[in-house]
Amino acid sequence: MSDFIPAPIAQLPWKTILLLFVLASFGFVVLYSAAGGSLTPWAGLHMVRFVIFVGMAIVLSRFKESFWKTMAFPAYIAVVLMLLGVELIGAVGGGSQRWLNLGFIRLQPSELMKVAIILAVARFYDLLPPTQTRTWGAIWPLFALLAVPCALILLQPDLGTTITVVAGALTIAFLAGLPLRLFIGGGAAIAILAPIAYFFALEEYQQRRVTTFLNPENDPLGSGYHISQSKIAIGSGGLFGKGFLNGTQSHLDYLPEGHTDFVFATMAEEWGLFGGILVLFCFFLLFRWGLGVAMKAKTRFSQLTAAGLTVTIFFYVAINLMMVMGLAPVVGIPLPFLSHGGSSMMTIMICVGILMSIERHPGRRGGAFA
Amino acid sequence: MQELTFTRRATVIGGLQIGVGVLLAARMAYISVAENERYKLLSESNRVNLTLVPPRRGWLIDRNGKPIANNKTDFRIDIIPDRLRDRKKTVATLANLLALDAEELERINKELEQASSFQPVQVATGLDSEQYAAVSVRLPDMPGVSPRQGFSRNYPSGPAIGHLVGYVGIASSEDYKENPDPILITPGYKIGKDGLEKIFEGRLQGKPGAKRVEVTARGKIVRELNTRPDVPGKPLQLTLDIDLQEYAARRLGPESGSVVVLDCLSGDILTMTSMPSFDPNSFSDGIGVTEYGMLREDDHVPLLDKSLKSLFPPGSTVKPMVALSFLEAGLDPDETVNCNGGLQVGNRRFRCWKRGGHGRVDMAKGIYQSCDVYFYYFAQKIGINPIALMANRLGLGQKYPLPVLSQFYGTVPDPAWLRKKYDREWQAYDTVNTTIGQGYMLVNPTQLAVMAARIATGKKIVPRLIMDKKKTPIETLNLDPEHLLYVQKAMSDVVNGPGTAGRARLPIEDVKMAGKTGTAQVVNLDFGRGGQDVAWKYRDHGLFICFAPYDNPRYAAAVVIEHGGGSGAAYPVARDVLTFLYDREKAMDILTGMEKSWGGTIQERMDIKMAAYRARKNAEKAAAENPVPAKPAATEAATDAATDAATDADAGE
Repeated sequence: MSDFIPAPIAQLPWKTILLLFVLASFGFVVLYSAAGGSLTPWAGLHMVRFVIFVGMAIVLSRFKESFWKTMAFPAYIAVVLMLLGVELIGAVGGGSQRWLNLGFIRLQPSELMKVAIILAVARFYDLLPPTQTRTWGAIWPLFALLAVPCALILLQPDLGTTITVVAGALTIAFLAGLPLRLFIGGGAAIAILAPIAYFFALEEYQQRRVTTFLNPENDPLGSGYHISQSKIAIGSGGLFGKGFLNGTQSHLDYLPEGHTDFVFATMAEEWGLFGGILVLFCFFLLFRWGLGVAMKAKTRFSQLTAAGLTVTIFFYVAINLMMVMGLAPVVGIPLPFLSHGGSSMMTIMICVGILMSIERHPGRRGGAFA
Repeated sequence: MQELTFTRRATVIGGLQIGVGVLLAARMAYISVAENERYKLLSESNRVNLTLVPPRRGWLIDRNGKPIANNKTDFRIDIIPDRLRDRKKTVATLANLLALDAEELERINKELEQASSFQPVQVATGLDSEQYAAVSVRLPDMPGVSPRQGFSRNYPSGPAIGHLVGYVGIASSEDYKENPDPILITPGYKIGKDGLEKIFEGRLQGKPGAKRVEVTARGKIVRELNTRPDVPGKPLQLTLDIDLQEYAARRLGPESGSVVVLDCLSGDILTMTSMPSFDPNSFSDGIGVTEYGMLREDDHVPLLDKSLKSLFPPGSTVKPMVALSFLEAGLDPDETVNCNGGLQVGNRRFRCWKRGGHGRVDMAKGIYQSCDVYFYYFAQKIGINPIALMANRLGLGQKYPLPVLSQFYGTVPDPAWLRKKYDREWQAYDTVNTTIGQGYMLVNPTQLAVMAARIATGKKIVPRLIMDKKKTPIETLNLDPEHLLYVQKAMSDVVNGPGTAGRARLPIEDVKMAGKTGTAQVVNLDFGRGGQDVAWKYRDHGLFICFAPYDNPRYAAAVVIEHGGGSGAAYPVARDVLTFLYDREKAMDILTGMEKSWGGTIQERMDIKMAAYRARKNAEKAAAENPVPAKPAATEAATDAATDAATDADAGE
């Protein structure tokens, strides 16, 4: 960097910020088109939020590892209390509710839980003596940490978020060195339990989503409608798309949620395979950076946290894209940086902020138990 | 050790991520490149809504080009059951916006329950533009509701033409199964369901136009892409004179009967009226349950075409025909018989209608005084076969090549027929019965008109309904002109001489009408002979056949008044209808006076009747719902009101 630029600015992780800016700007362009060529109601707000949250991420990157360590459990407890609060308000209001209305923002605590669970689980395995990673003591606290928030989020009900939370925590457990057979056995158990869960744990509308996912043509006007229309939007885009502002699926409302969960389909219709590969490539760079941060981190906590956060963002992207391409059931997960939505963008930028903080302060080799 | 585990496992995760990334890229490439064509089509079919524009139906016009059936622009609302989300709410909203009454709602709900998903259910037609707009702006909240601006069939003469033209209606699911053409399920498209509308469906229907519009998922039209105009159906010209048809229908008044007028030069049917009738406009709009119920329950059978499908004993109207057969068989018309009021045949005495007797009767007097004994006597001498042959020659018992769904052609009895039908030998009394048009003999009013026309011209006149400009020469019947002249003169004397229908004389100078009266007995042992003093259904039928002008026949007609009490009910109608052909003003003056005493025009009387029927049904329903006379006074009042209304409506009869 040149000498003209002050050191604090020059030291900012410009490459990462630029990457995020490219993704968010593309999101802006897509949302602008989704509104029929208008800044309102989505595109303008999307960009404003992005700028604010980038600022927030830069502020977060200034905190040191010790801060995150200290915050891990209190943050977890605070988010659990918020989830409880949502349940109570929802119960009083006589219906399901996912938000806490704080006046200036409608906060979705389940989103924050995605971050809090990473910090708490990473902190737990950080505290766990390495000799015990292969014992029962390494497992049950993980389930204890997951049980309460998952129960609360499932009550909302929000299957997509629950899956992300569980997946993030399990990834950390895997990276922490829990025996492989647990994961293989667990996978087998899920294969057996899934049909049972389907019949007993899922709401009827969720069951329908699963059956419809398996055969969307069965219900072209109901639950299968989303998947069918999304595939039509992506498939009709072809190699280079129908062109900016020329998407008919989104403009004529055939594609539902074209500005949130199905924003990728909106994009693919106008930009084609070319646009899709571009988005995938940007995400690839982002995850490579995230895992690189984890690899380079020197302490166990920062390693686990960085990897966990990267995988959390990855789950957003993977589940969302599999969903819009008809590879997974519709579960309601937005696409980072492209979907319009405040809470999820905040979550992801917190993840990015913590990742930048770890990149900036890789720590010293040899943690508490090293 | 732990460090190594982390690095190894993190690499695994990184690898899995790349794997998922490649999977997604491959999947997307597959959808957008390999399946691109398919999805492009799907997105096009999403975006572009091809709506068929129902073609305008070909007009039916009369011989002078006046419309019998045309099309009027129409704002309409339909429901497409397939796209309906919240039926109750949608129907309630529509009921509110369009002020639908309870009966309409009942029909809509019933049709929605029975409808196959593809078939639109009509909510309302003939809306004004304000109602139409009120529904149109609320469309986004009411999926499945389809407003359209189209054309609806219109019959300017209403009930006067009902039986003949039939009506149009929405294609049934059977129609669609037979011919799965998408136009059949386009809202507003109707096909001929009865009468000429059905028979000439292919000619009248035309070719649908198409409109390609870009629509949103909710069905809102964004813009029109292109349109192909419809090709209207071809018009069909009928031989009818619609003014005459309407006059005849009105002139029948409250009676149940038929008037058929033929052009003797061509066989063109100028009018073929059957009353009471139904209003084809109501049928084409989708008739209400109550209205249909009223038509079905009416003892005057408004749903039956009496011109072609009601059979009557022809009574004395066959006497000119029988006389012709006598002449051909060689009977001298001057030969006489003495009529003293009856004739003994076998062990039974057959009476003449005139109890006191006619005295000396020759053939002419037998016709113009309608002496039964003359025919009893000579028919026995000549036998049944020449009579039956002549009846067939003059068109009785014959089916005509008319474009109608069905016609009943009655019976001209002869010994062979009797053997086949009742397995017994022909007796003298059968001849006696037949010769005065009673017994087994049955005809429809159109056949009577044809008989009149053939007697008037001596030509084999075949009735036509479809206008044909080219003139095909009409075959002769090979009757002796002398015989014809004799019978025609006798028929003229029925009206203009010492005959039975002096009051039938036309109020037109220089135009003399020839005719023949007939009274067909409706014998019922319990109620005795039907005159005017018995219940309607036991009264005799009144018949009259005629042609005019007598010396150069142009028009031939038949009038049948069902249970009219005698021929006196028929010939005044024939007189006025023929008057209309020569002097419309004079004829209308006569009619206007009569309609005042009957309680208004056909439409006005039908409306009154409908209101009375509705009131009675409502009262019955209320009584059925409240068997305990909780409010006896109210129920009674309602019933009284209904009865009063009904009495008013019947006052003219």
